[in-house]
Amino acid sequence: MLNFIIRRLLIIIPMALLVITLTWILIRMAPGSFYTAEKKLPPAIEANIKKKYGLDKPILSQYGILMSNIVRGDFGDSLKYEGQSVNEIIARHFPYSATIGILAYILALILGLAAGIVAALKQNSSFDYGSMSLAMLGLSVPNFVIGPILVLIFSLWLYIFPPARVGGAISYVLPVITLGAIYAAYIARLTRAGMLEVMRADYIRTARAKGLSEWKVLLKHALRGGLIPVVSFTGPALAALLAGTVVVERVFAIPGLGNIFIQSVLNRDEPLILGIVAFLSILIMVFNLIVDISYAFLDPRIRYE
Amino acid sequence: MSEINGHILTVNDLKTYFQTEDGVVKAVDGITFDLARGETLGIVGESGSGKSVTNLSIMRLIPEPPGKIVNGDVVFDGIDVRALSIDDVRKIRGKRIAMIFQDPMTSLNPFLKISTQLMEVTQLHLNHTKEQAYKHAIKMLELVGIPDAENRVKSYPHEFSGGMRQRVMIAMALSCEPELLIADEPTTALDVTIQAQILELIKDLKARLGTSVILITHDLGVVAGMTEKIIVMYAGKVFEQSPTKELFSTPANPYTKGLLKSVPDPAHEAGTELYQIPGLPPDVAHLPPGCPFAPRCYRAEEICREQFPPFVEINPNHRSLCHFAEEVYAESVRESNEKKFINKQTEEIKIETNTI
Repeated sequence: MLNFIIRRLLIIIPMALLVITLTWILIRMAPGSFYTAEKKLPPAIEANIKKKYGLDKPILSQYGILMSNIVRGDFGDSLKYEGQSVNEIIARHFPYSATIGILAYILALILGLAAGIVAALKQNSSFDYGSMSLAMLGLSVPNFVIGPILVLIFSLWLYIFPPARVGGAISYVLPVITLGAIYAAYIARLTRAGMLEVMRADYIRTARAKGLSEWKVLLKHALRGGLIPVVSFTGPALAALLAGTVVVERVFAIPGLGNIFIQSVLNRDEPLILGIVAFLSILIMVFNLIVDISYAFLDPRIRYE
Repeated sequence: MSEINGHILTVNDLKTYFQTEDGVVKAVDGITFDLARGETLGIVGESGSGKSVTNLSIMRLIPEPPGKIVNGDVVFDGIDVRALSIDDVRKIRGKRIAMIFQDPMTSLNPFLKISTQLMEVTQLHLNHTKEQAYKHAIKMLELVGIPDAENRVKSYPHEFSGGMRQRVMIAMALSCEPELLIADEPTTALDVTIQAQILELIKDLKARLGTSVILITHDLGVVAGMTEKIIVMYAGKVFEQSPTKELFSTPANPYTKGLLKSVPDPAHEAGTELYQIPGLPPDVAHLPPGCPFAPRCYRAEEICREQFPPFVEINPNHRSLCHFAEEVYAESVRESNEKKFINKQTEEIKIETNTI
């Protein structure tokens, strides 16, 4: 098991470098650059700028310098935000995304698991139909629709929550609900399907034949097996949530990582793009590893060597 | 009444139906039997004949919906099981009536240790503490012949072979020394050599603990040496009900005769074909108006296809669902006598040759 974890952690490094390389190639292949402006720069100034950032060197040596810096953890300074390193920018904006992401994740887990389990236990009941229709709705309505509707109701009509911007705990409520809704819906449906599948298993009948109460059967015998599909979804989902979502951060004007990421792409801010891509890809790979490890804890038949 | 007769279980005209998209499936349609303490009953039939549903009904384990017990009495040790609240049924399940299921590969929870699965039964019903339950679990594993039980108890089911898992299932079922053990095809998923071991184990434990047993199987060979009486089921109906010896020597139902003929016999001549009942079991959702076995029956006549057969009493212990039950029985008696005569003759010849 320990070997497996170490191996998987080591693989993350070349994988991340590969992702960075591909991103860099794509940026360079796209027409235009950070220095493409509406106003044409005088040739002398352009040459000076290129020299300063090493853009006059052959392309392969540019790549070499970039990668050797990145391997040392140095993504350089942002082009747009002068004098600020990429690492600083990520460190400043990530906490907003992470806070909203974790809260949305917890909300989604609680709502999704509870609704899914109860719906599975009371299959074909009105609760089942009601919660699953709601989940279907949550899945189908995009969050750029849910967000503004929540703002309209709770901010503009009822004056309960602020419509945008970060300021105190209360300002997190609407973004967290908006972000968590889809995940809650997804988890609810996965949980219900997983539980229904497991509740039909022979070993559940065995547990019932032992005289265990329905709750004992559910919590002790069914939950672990039923949650496996949920776990495989929630690992990458947490990574995606932490990374910040552009739409929600835009709707609620939150200075999170997602917002900065889009800005960096629009600005053609090469170091910042690479920095954020590297950060997110490592995040996702780490969470996938956590999912794989948790499988082994859920299911004793899974053993890694 | 059951007390007076010493019956541990009485089932009277039990009917369990399933509501499906295809219509109502009468999985069990009127089964009546009783079981004395310490007695073993065999229930035989093809897949889908209602054997398992009968026993799940006794335990009230039918998934509802789509299933429903629509009629009949199940009286266990004087208790009307159908009238009990589900909580009271749970007090019987696992403690006084225990079950062993067909497939030990899927009937044990793959996520939980053997010890956990064994311990929860006694913790629940006998109020064992953790230590008591753990010790009891080891004792039970030893009882069913699992070597190195002290260490094996900590294993997960996937670390056991099929035969070992079925032993664990039996250990689990017998943990609270139930008065009735329902074994639902306990050997079907196992190798023949393991089959014999498991059956021997059940027999042995039964003798030791005085448990009554219902043995469900589609294998007549299994019930022959294990049971005192047999019920033959087909399409949810009881086709024949008789003491084991009588059923094997003088069956009164063409279906039973067919089943007996299809059992491989060691004396069977090599190269000749083994008998098989033609056709397939019927779709229980769409049964013909007459006898459900008529399309496959060698004796069937017009009346069989039109009228549902009567449940004919051959003698107080022997009944058969057939229009020609008496005739089939008479035929069996004749065949049986002929066989006895031939056996006697061959023996006489042997004796003569020996004396010569």
